[in-house]
Amino acid sequence: MSALPDPHAAMQAQFHEALWAQKTPAGLGQEDALDRRFLVYRNNVQHGLRSALSQRFPVIERLVGADFFAAMARVFAANHPPETPVLINWGGAFPAFLEAFPPVAKLPYLPDVARLELARGQAYHAADAPVADPSALGVSDPSALRLILAPSVRAYHSAWPSVSIWAQNQPGAQQAPLPKGPQFALIARTRNFDVPVIALGAADHAVLCRLIAGDPFGQAAAGTDPTAILTLLLQHGLITKIEGDTP
Amino acid sequence: MPLPSTPGLSFKPEHFPKIRDQRGAVGFYEVHAENYMGAGGAPHAMLEDLHRDHAISIHGVGLSIGGAGSLDTDHLTRLRTLIDRYQPESFSEHLAWSSHGAAWLNDLLPLPYTDQTLATICAHIDQTQTALGRRMLLENPATYVTFADSTWSETDFLTEIGRRTGCGLLLDVNNVFVTSTNHRTDPRAYLADFPLDLVGEIHLAGHEAEDLPDGPLLIDSHSRPVADPVWTLYSEVIARTGPLPSLIEWDNDVPDFDTLISEATRADAILKGARDVRAA
Repeated sequence: MSALPDPHAAMQAQFHEALWAQKTPAGLGQEDALDRRFLVYRNNVQHGLRSALSQRFPVIERLVGADFFAAMARVFAANHPPETPVLINWGGAFPAFLEAFPPVAKLPYLPDVARLELARGQAYHAADAPVADPSALGVSDPSALRLILAPSVRAYHSAWPSVSIWAQNQPGAQQAPLPKGPQFALIARTRNFDVPVIALGAADHAVLCRLIAGDPFGQAAAGTDPTAILTLLLQHGLITKIEGDTP
Repeated sequence: MPLPSTPGLSFKPEHFPKIRDQRGAVGFYEVHAENYMGAGGAPHAMLEDLHRDHAISIHGVGLSIGGAGSLDTDHLTRLRTLIDRYQPESFSEHLAWSSHGAAWLNDLLPLPYTDQTLATICAHIDQTQTALGRRMLLENPATYVTFADSTWSETDFLTEIGRRTGCGLLLDVNNVFVTSTNHRTDPRAYLADFPLDLVGEIHLAGHEAEDLPDGPLLIDSHSRPVADPVWTLYSEVIARTGPLPSLIEWDNDVPDFDTLISEATRADAILKGARDVRAA
């Protein structure tokens, strides 16, 4: 014996299917201009998701153009719709989607630029944390200290000059010849809630990665001068705790 | 504490500096719950600051109360966390569905009004009010289509939901005008049937219009000033109910703060008129 049909669920399945197809679902009331009426919902869903994606990835939109972005967003949204109503968490699959989307194969740096924009969004919404008292660094041998970094801190690297591409596509930015990749950056939320993209050298990026991984300071900075990265972290209040300074 | 029976505004982060300069310009601000479900940063810092001087209404757009499937309990938990943190004066959601399977659609979609959908929605509201530990308000939708299966009028449907679940209602007067115009019915007849005693908040917003062969199609765009016929209907409602918390919603093509304040001032004049009549 089969289960009783559920008309509410059946209607929603049909309605949902029609949102992504060029047809109007059955079962609507007899009214004039039904196709036009239903189109309001299709437009709202597609426009709403596209706007959310463009807010998250404004540089990608600028690089490919608004019309192309809209068409691409439609394909992305149909295949990778938000899994929760928390739209600020949507878009994690976008860089991998760009890697596999044939129409943008000639722009191989796009996935990395999208990863940069994703990291900025994550940093913007990351958890708050207290700022450590930097005087704890003033011990005779700081090498055993462990620096706990703010949840917004991200170490970014790209085989392409993605940091420069991103920077040159900010409002009012000057165009300049692009350097060769790779490029590295610190992405984090500052005290006034900005999320700058701070270019780093390869060595500083390596120190930052080791600090994020939880290596003691001496080990993280082995063989290099950690002054530059330490200054950045202190300047922007990105060290939340300094551990291991008490026996 | 309930929301104050004053004008309120949708909170837009770009207006935050002006709002701080003009603390108390309106009695309350409303935010979309889902925009405050990140872990930290500027959104929470602004909302905390806002709540020091104003009542707050948390308005959900993601729970899909009108969905045929079960409610997303993870989302209920997120809402509970937000409500515990901010203790808002009001929580409201929509008579609509917005997710299908694992996909969230970012729009408020319509449903048939049947005995079956009534039972489902009442169960969802019971579950929500239990999970959140408070009474919620449910908002009437703006719709562009109806369903052949519907056997209830929207006003009877909302009345029955309120009776069965004890929830309050959020009366969106623009939605009444948009829906009635689109379905060639009379907004005054709708409001005559609406259970005004359950209304805990009013929404006012602007809409766009286009002409179909058989009449206008209005779109609930939240992108313009409140239309004159909506102000008239609002005055008539307030004359019957007395002052109610009244929100100006403007979410797209957001104007400067002063434009929103002038809309709020127009609502304030109507609320004051009703207060004076009652005092006389």
